[in-house]
Amino acid sequence: MNPQTSTSRPLIPKRLDNAGLEHAYDLIAEAMDAAPPEKRTLFLAKLAFVLANLVGDDRQVAQAVEAASRDL
Amino acid sequence: MHQPDAQPRPSIFYDYKVHPFRSPPALQGTPDAASVAIVGAGPVGLLLALRLAQFGTWSVVLEQELQVSHGSRAIVLTRRSMEILQQAGVAPRFLQKGLPWANGRSFYRGQEVYRMVMPHSEDDRFLPGLNLQQQYIEQYLVEACEASGMVDIRWGSKVIALQNEPGGATLRVDTPAGEYDLTADYAVAADGGRSTIRRLMGLRMEGRAYAGNFVIADIAADLGLPTERLCFFDPEWNPGNNVLVHREPDGIWRLDFRLPEGETAEQALEPARLSDRIDKILAMLGKPAPWKLDWATVYTANTLTLPDYVVGRVIFAGDAAHLLPIFGVRGANTGVQDADALAWRLAMAARGAPAGLLATYSHERVQAAREICEEAGKSTRFMTPPTEGFALMRDAVLSLTLSEDFPKDLLHWRTSRPHFYADSPLNSFPEENAAFAGGPGCGEPLANVRIGPDDFLLDHLTEPGFHLIAFASSAEAGPDLADFLRACEPLPLMRVLVAPAFGEDLRALADVCVADPQGRVAARYAANAGTAYLVRPDGHVCARWLSAGADDVSHAFAIAAGAAS
Repeated sequence: MNPQTSTSRPLIPKRLDNAGLEHAYDLIAEAMDAAPPEKRTLFLAKLAFVLANLVGDDRQVAQAVEAASRDL
Repeated sequence: MHQPDAQPRPSIFYDYKVHPFRSPPALQGTPDAASVAIVGAGPVGLLLALRLAQFGTWSVVLEQELQVSHGSRAIVLTRRSMEILQQAGVAPRFLQKGLPWANGRSFYRGQEVYRMVMPHSEDDRFLPGLNLQQQYIEQYLVEACEASGMVDIRWGSKVIALQNEPGGATLRVDTPAGEYDLTADYAVAADGGRSTIRRLMGLRMEGRAYAGNFVIADIAADLGLPTERLCFFDPEWNPGNNVLVHREPDGIWRLDFRLPEGETAEQALEPARLSDRIDKILAMLGKPAPWKLDWATVYTANTLTLPDYVVGRVIFAGDAAHLLPIFGVRGANTGVQDADALAWRLAMAARGAPAGLLATYSHERVQAAREICEEAGKSTRFMTPPTEGFALMRDAVLSLTLSEDFPKDLLHWRTSRPHFYADSPLNSFPEENAAFAGGPGCGEPLANVRIGPDDFLLDHLTEPGFHLIAFASSAEAGPDLADFLRACEPLPLMRVLVAPAFGEDLRALADVCVADPQGRVAARYAANAGTAYLVRPDGHVCARWLSAGADDVSHAFAIAAGAAS
């Protein structure tokens, strides 16, 4: 095993504790399952936009977009 | 007529002993009765029999096979299991053979994305995990049961019918020499996930079964890797699935991987296909070494439990009582805790303790199983996503872990841990319990403390039975402490005294003296002079007082021994 190491530095601070992250994980997974399959991308775009508004900070929203764009 | 296989099972590392079937007295026409009959000589049934023997209770163990486990099956013992095995007096053999470990590494797209460090402190005698094949676990327990002289293991004896009556259970046993009836005051179903007793009684488990099959394969290979848990998410050769690798003694490696959707167990175990996948795993490990297969099987993930483990005179333990996912090593380790929680109560019930005491076993362990199902369900949703939504979230988290730290803990499924019986009916004196500023509270297992080189608190508490741990602040007992300890002498418990040093008078007041020169035990237990903990035979605290009185101890003991509150 010769694992590669990532060259990207983390951009996102940890704000939720593990229980909070798990709760969000379940909530979003269940909401995706509740949406019709062809509407999931629309749901996720709406969710991201709503969260961006709640974050209320241009720079942080840009960092979130960059973090989510990596390693697709 | 039952005809168990008398040929030693094939294995490249384990030398199976075929135990002889011995014709019991009932087959010569003598009525056969036992205080406790245990169905199943797996780790749970054998540990229960061994603990019962230590509490002075005879048992008969009925095992349909003539030899121990086929395959390595449960291979990881947790620290709590080792502490229980220490109480059972068998830990040294396990340590001699087993491989201890504390860490794991998880990989995704060739990158190490998570390093699992299991909690461990200098106060722990045992590391978080010890890898040992189930054949050895069972062998060591069989040998200890035989040495106790109080366990009658009947190999080749298969239960085929059962009558559960108010005064006891009658088991119909089929053997190579014919059938007979065994009457027992209590029958314990420790007969595994496909429990015959559960089926005969028509009992249904509650919970859910997860989609997806997993293969476990044991191979002999010279990989030269350390003892740690390796996990590979979504490897190229098995997209969307995961691979686990564990080291076992005798040069054996456990490979564990999820099958693609729709593939059956038969297809997965087909030799050419299995062989190809093993080669791919070794290539992924960077160790394309020659290997030999020892054993392979297929399992599914479930979070299922019976709603009650005590049904009349029949009691369920281990996989017969619940089916739990193996992520987090919850199967055998939960069963070990079941056996330890049951043994002392069953020994007391066999001597006529109130029936309510056994009901508290069910109360505590069903609740433990439900909590494990809830926790394990979270791991399982990550390891085998049940829906498209959960699969997408899993993929999202894996992708994020390549550059971000915040979601990495989601890659760690919680490991089996000792249960806290916080609302056990056997606990008492809640206000006194709440007055402590630290230390293990009511329902929690005792905390181990390192006292000196190769010397830990739990090493001193191996007498079977209740313990009263009292604390003194000097080598001489004040009159209050002396009166207290003398007043507790008639109670059927071991008086353990923890003191910085022991004068002759102080020593004479206790059954067990623990010298705590640096005050490490007292600090860990938030104790002052006169503080006392009442501890059940399974090592869980059931009452504690900053300043204890003998009447209170006597009252708490009566509650914990099942004499109602």
